[in-house]
Amino acid sequence: MSNWIKACEIDDVENEDVIRFDHAGRTFAVYRSPDDEFFATEGMCTHEKVHLADGLVMDHIIECPKHNGRFDYRTGAARGAPVCVNLRTYPVKVEDGAVYLGLE
Amino acid sequence: MADFVIIGAGQCGARAAMALREQGFDGRITLVGEEPHLPYERPPLSKQHMLDSEGASPPFIAEATVFAERGITVITDDAAAQIDQKAQTVRLASGRTLAYDRLLLATGAAPRRLPAAEGLEHVFYLRTHDDAARLSARLSAGSHLAIIGAGFIGLELAASARNRGLEVTVIEALPRILMRAVPEAIAGKVQALHEGNGISILRGSGIERLTGGGNGVSLTLADGRVLNADMLVVGIGAQPRTELAAQAGLVIENGIAVDQTLQTSDPAIFAAGDCCSFPYDGRRIRLEAWRNAQDQGAHAAASMLGDTKPYEAVPWFWSDQFDWTLQIAGLADGSATVVRRDLGEDAFILFHLAENGRLISASGWGPGNRIAKDIRLAEMLIARHAAPDVTELASPTVNLKSLLPRG
Repeated sequence: MSNWIKACEIDDVENEDVIRFDHAGRTFAVYRSPDDEFFATEGMCTHEKVHLADGLVMDHIIECPKHNGRFDYRTGAARGAPVCVNLRTYPVKVEDGAVYLGLE
Repeated sequence: MADFVIIGAGQCGARAAMALREQGFDGRITLVGEEPHLPYERPPLSKQHMLDSEGASPPFIAEATVFAERGITVITDDAAAQIDQKAQTVRLASGRTLAYDRLLLATGAAPRRLPAAEGLEHVFYLRTHDDAARLSARLSAGSHLAIIGAGFIGLELAASARNRGLEVTVIEALPRILMRAVPEAIAGKVQALHEGNGISILRGSGIERLTGGGNGVSLTLADGRVLNADMLVVGIGAQPRTELAAQAGLVIENGIAVDQTLQTSDPAIFAAGDCCSFPYDGRRIRLEAWRNAQDQGAHAAASMLGDTKPYEAVPWFWSDQFDWTLQIAGLADGSATVVRRDLGEDAFILFHLAENGRLISASGWGPGNRIAKDIRLAEMLIARHAAPDVTELASPTVNLKSLLPRG
């Protein structure tokens, strides 16, 4: 059963970009895709502990700001060296102009 | 079954081995490394790794099981001694001989030695995990560490040692720090950060004489000053490991010379990473950088399998100094115009443009990863030979992404 936590307003994230969201001692990354869909993953790269929200979003890919490890932020799938461990993803819903993450 | 042999099990060699499998190669892969460890990443050695207590494992690229699953044979603690090009074999120091259909030389670079320091005790170089472990064991709070050379390694190590409570003095022969690769405005910020953290940096200081004793090293500078340190680290650059290639008669030109596909003067032999020099933007360059090692490893794998596409990646470097990061994309030599973009929090980017308006380099300095996104976008602009508007580059409200040709 998911517990829906408000992460941000829709307008807090630019189109094709990412922001960091911290909650209860954990850190997440919230993405807005080029077609204005929202997604969420764990906030740190699986290679070295670096905030993905400082990285670049191109289409559906987030690149780690440190070593350019790539992930598809819709599925969390690692997309090439140096990363090989997938990112965990979280359900997202948008209601009344706000973005909610489904955390268990 | 085809035999591919890779000499050198650092970032480049390990990446090449993995990439061969990812690209569908189903023959034998043998990766030969002279260190006793499985392949590991070197960048943390001067940074986080130097902060942790000694005895930590190397920052491994992958566990042994990953290599085993992919059918990659890793030989550690053995070095290539001689290549027989006619027979297409490599003889190892252990006496073992490996046959190859394709050979990749990823032999890396070795620290440049300081003749005056030869034979002295308490002198350290930093390249390998074992070097780092030996040095780390000596970094006790309150002792005095002298570092010759204010390059990336010397300065990263200075910051790490300072964080561990040592007195640190960095001695640089040139008039400023990071002279080789970093614009002066950023080097000035790095120097101020170090000095603000209590590190002493002496610029334009040649070494007249080094003497050692039971308790440490004594440095006499060219101006007559004498410094006494408990230990000395020499960080004055690296030299490509070309001995094996030279002995085989391959063309050497500031490194093992390769063409755009990373092929050497022998079509069965390729070279990649720190050890090779390659064509870039109308000249021949050699890079000592993690990203280059990794990208060329993967590219060499494709070339070994017959792909002929040229290696065209834009050079990219980073360095961490305390909680700040420096990133550079491209090479700034030959620039005609410099444009500065201020990002707040004292973070900024310097763009270097050629006479024809083409963006050729971008250097950024900022806290955390503040400048990473813009440097990555600059790298893409450089790769596409873009000539962006200088007013837009300078304006932090203009998203650099909007300057990229899309489609």
